[in-house]
Amino acid sequence: MSDTPIRVLVAKPGLDGHDRGAKVIARALRDAGMDVIYTGIGQTPHMIVEAALQEDVEVVGLSILSGAHMTLLPKVATQLRDAGLGHCVIIAGGIIPAEDSAVLTSQHGIDAIYGPGTNTDEIVAFIRTTVAARRATS
Amino acid sequence: MSDATVSQLATDVRRGDRRALARALTLIDRGGAPVRRLRQALSGYGVGSLVGITGAPGAGKSSLTTVITQELRQRGMQVGIIAVDPSSPLSGGSLLGDRIRMYDLAGDSGVFIRSMANRGQYGGLAATTLDAAMLMRAAGFGMVLLETVGAGQSDVAVVDVADTVLLVEAPGMGDEVQSIKAGLLEVADVIVVSKSDRPDAPATLQQLRALIRMQMATDDVWSVPVLPVSAVQHTGVAELVDALLTHAEWLQTHPPTWRQQRRHLLSLQRALDAQLRDAIQQLPGWSVALAQLGQHDSDVVARQLLEEFVANGFTKE
Repeated sequence: MSDTPIRVLVAKPGLDGHDRGAKVIARALRDAGMDVIYTGIGQTPHMIVEAALQEDVEVVGLSILSGAHMTLLPKVATQLRDAGLGHCVIIAGGIIPAEDSAVLTSQHGIDAIYGPGTNTDEIVAFIRTTVAARRATS
Repeated sequence: MSDATVSQLATDVRRGDRRALARALTLIDRGGAPVRRLRQALSGYGVGSLVGITGAPGAGKSSLTTVITQELRQRGMQVGIIAVDPSSPLSGGSLLGDRIRMYDLAGDSGVFIRSMANRGQYGGLAATTLDAAMLMRAAGFGMVLLETVGAGQSDVAVVDVADTVLLVEAPGMGDEVQSIKAGLLEVADVIVVSKSDRPDAPATLQQLRALIRMQMATDDVWSVPVLPVSAVQHTGVAELVDALLTHAEWLQTHPPTWRQQRRHLLSLQRALDAQLRDAIQQLPGWSVALAQLGQHDSDVVARQLLEEFVANGFTKE
């Protein structure tokens, strides 16, 4: 079980069309041996949750630069839980101010938030550790 | 995973539970004994055919997959899609991007899209896609579309698993249609000339039809239609879907083709390979062989393992 590649969904919720960051993350995770499903831009929370369900991912990565993170990220997290996907690790990236990050991680079920300049190794390590812990308890 | 868990999962899949289907699909990606139990519990359930879509990169396979699915949805059918992309030979990971081009299908609860990495092996791809299609059928999907990367070995894999092989050829890809591998043309059940809104499409259509006519030998073989489709203008899609459904029906009412028989043979061989390997890897000799990897001739080691297996007798699962 532990040698199964970790399946990750990388999605861009909302209306901003800049997906360089999402693609960099997607490639870094692939190079770390994960199966990465990239949905592309313009995703609604419903579309993201449907994709996460169909693809049976353990991690959902959300990239958002539009400023709508306080609306969209909690929606995705809530809908994932409602769909029985509460086990998914949710990470977010993009332009998210520190005070918003604190609220999202403490109150809205986002597991980690990474801003510009983050070393991708750090993200890979976080995903590996967190998924291993959740696999062990499931 | 316990027998009870697997049989519960199988029951949930048959009820059409999408979460259960997703989990079962992950299970088959991992392989091993639970997959065999799942197969036993589900094979034979559900109807529907597996359509393999093949053709050169850029021929329009993803666009066609999308419009075929939309047409089937309009006719009230549920559609499963298996999208295969290559694994990285270096990291073993993969970047699966077919969903980007299937944007118009996202969020439709009558459509189930699953991305799969080919894990770099041909046999693996064939076995997992067949199992994935079996699961989707059991869950009530009337048609399962298999889309591959469209190059090299995956073409062959499509032929070995699909009930209906749909070959997609874009117009103007060299003025001679001989550019299509002869092998693929021989095994195609339906041929589409994509991007038929382009001015050079009629010529390609004509050349392909001429080639196909030369192949016609007897009356009791399936007559391969060559159809123009434009995904952009949405023309020819209904005719294509008609042809796919007609072929599925034709298979039901005719004796098995050589390709179906070959598929059954390959399936038996794969099952034999997998079960024998699983059994041998339980032997004490297997860990010895692993520890001495590369030190002895593989044929000799394999033979020793087989002898140990025969001497030990067979333990029932």
